[in-house]
Amino acid sequence: MKKLFVPVAAITALMFAYAPIAIANAPYESTMRLVQKIFYFHFPAWMALTVSVTICTVASALYLFKGWAKADRIAVAAAEVTVIFGLFGLVSGSLWGRKAWGVWWQWDARLTMAFLLELIFFGYILVRNYGGPGAEKLAAAMGIFGGATAPFVYKSVDWWRTVHPKTSVMTTLGETSPEMWFVVWFCTFTILLFMGLLLAARIRLEEQRAALDELYLAAED
Amino acid sequence: MTFDFDRVELTDLSRHFGRRKAVARVSLAMHAGDIVGLLGPNGAGKSTLLGMLATLVAPTTGALTYGGKRIGEVGEGIRGRIGVLAHELHLYPELTARQNLEFFARLHGLADVEALVDTALEQANLADRGEDQVSSFSRGMRQRLALERCLLHRPRLVLLDEPFTGLDDRAVRLVADRLKRVAAEGAIIVLATHDLDVADGLITRMAVVRSGRLLCDVAASAGIRQQYRALVESV
Amino acid sequence: MRFFRVALLVLKKDFAIELKSYEILSTTLFFAVSCVAIFSFAFVKDGQAPVDAAAGILWIAIAFSGTLALGRTFERERYGETLKALLLAPAPRPAIYLGKLLGIVTLLFATEIIVVPMVAFLFSAPFFERPLLLVALLGLGTVGYAAVGTLFAAMLVRARTRDVMLPILLYPITIPVIIAGVRGTSALLASPVDEPVAMLWIGLLSFFDVVFVTLSLWTFEPLMTE
Repeated sequence: MKKLFVPVAAITALMFAYAPIAIANAPYESTMRLVQKIFYFHFPAWMALTVSVTICTVASALYLFKGWAKADRIAVAAAEVTVIFGLFGLVSGSLWGRKAWGVWWQWDARLTMAFLLELIFFGYILVRNYGGPGAEKLAAAMGIFGGATAPFVYKSVDWWRTVHPKTSVMTTLGETSPEMWFVVWFCTFTILLFMGLLLAARIRLEEQRAALDELYLAAED
Repeated sequence: MTFDFDRVELTDLSRHFGRRKAVARVSLAMHAGDIVGLLGPNGAGKSTLLGMLATLVAPTTGALTYGGKRIGEVGEGIRGRIGVLAHELHLYPELTARQNLEFFARLHGLADVEALVDTALEQANLADRGEDQVSSFSRGMRQRLALERCLLHRPRLVLLDEPFTGLDDRAVRLVADRLKRVAAEGAIIVLATHDLDVADGLITRMAVVRSGRLLCDVAASAGIRQQYRALVESV
Repeated sequence: MRFFRVALLVLKKDFAIELKSYEILSTTLFFAVSCVAIFSFAFVKDGQAPVDAAAGILWIAIAFSGTLALGRTFERERYGETLKALLLAPAPRPAIYLGKLLGIVTLLFATEIIVVPMVAFLFSAPFFERPLLLVALLGLGTVGYAAVGTLFAAMLVRARTRDVMLPILLYPITIPVIIAGVRGTSALLASPVDEPVAMLWIGLLSFFDVVFVTLSLWTFEPLMTE
């Protein structure tokens, strides 16, 4: 993994550099105008969040049932990455909402859901930091239940309020404007790579910490 | 439930909490009839060690075997052979002495609960107080009741964490006598305490722990205070 | 069979303790009533309350008083470290969880028996147009909320910060239950009663209950070993 980090980082940097050009060259959307460009950040952020939530849940379960220390390190990294991309998504969504609905915040389905997921994973980090000894296990429970509750949050807010475009937006986009569709996926892929890098760096930090703990323990002997 | 053992072995047993070594590479073997005094200052790792023996705390490394078998191999039935008396007494103060004993006897799936509880109350010298709430008991009475509660299912391994705190001399003697009888019946008793005077004359072996490490494990003779001091200073 | 015997034993023990003082029941009930009062001040205008608010207030009162009940119930198990004693018994640990869960659910049902008519009375809310649907919503919602709550309260017993951590962890996870409860109940308050919508939420709640009770039974054992 260490060997891959630099080349992947280079590719991601190149893609990031090209992204603004791609976004600028993408067709101009007639109703939302310039604001539509936010979508190129907004959608990828949520895709990244979905992936990191999944990683966190699976890793938490593995840690809890198998006791793999490695899985715990992945889970904490994924939880923090989730919080970051959640913030990304919330901020970009809010900017979009200001233009589309005239208000910064709308209690619409996806916004509410994003907000709740953000709360859950903040909870994960809080319990880990302030739970005292053995907090890893408490956090793992939060990870598992957080992941399991996500589909319910999705469903419940979907039935509760529906202003937000349906998930079908991407399929229709593919038909009406393949150029836009391509750019969106390009950005998504870029952000996913970026997320992978963040995750790897964060896991590495946890590993170094674990190694340091080991050294402390060994030094005592 | 039927699983039984006559020895407990710890091999290089460790438990870390982050950078803190609560227990570090402890190796110890205990046999039926032993009353092992786990001696050491506060924070020496006695409670964590007891927690691991009780199956409540998972070891970080090392092996813990009951009659040669690990916990994973014997299942939850092993807990039916272990009795624990912690500093917190594992009793419901709102319930009566009898209700407490009955509840735990049923939870352990024991047969003939009524008779068992009567005997236990007798043993605890509380036969006439069985219908009173535990919250109305003195510390000594609670302690005696708690001891009987943990011996209710005739455990093979008895783990006691500072069982003598707050007891007067007479109560200490009663508890000590009871423990000797239990050991004579073939139980392994582990007694964690920092009170050497009480341990004197009761324990048959002395295991001294400090900062999570086992300093020594020797047969206890009369006058363990001198023995303890000599040992601790020599290390 | 031993599984259910253990669960029942734990439940009966909790009852016996509660019946000595009624402490948790009375404090929970009082707290729920206070919640209703406080939220009424926030919503009532010109002596009238929007009917829709009744559903929300009811569920907020249940959720808040539920946290209180959970905290107190497990404080009892922590006081003499009796939770450890339960875990030390050679009984299936999920059965112990189930026993505690049943206790909390019963307690919350008892609270609801008082609070629901009270909200109905104060807000002239026609809760009892479809009693079966109401019972289904309350029952499923309470079980779902308590299922997650019991597990979290049990695992937080050994954390020093348990009092703050319980609501912090519990509320975000159980938001779907609260949303479903509130929406389902307001569907009952609509005139005419919006039955399909209420059924939709009952469906979601049942599904939630199944998933979360299973998950709790499954994770209780590893979570309780340090």
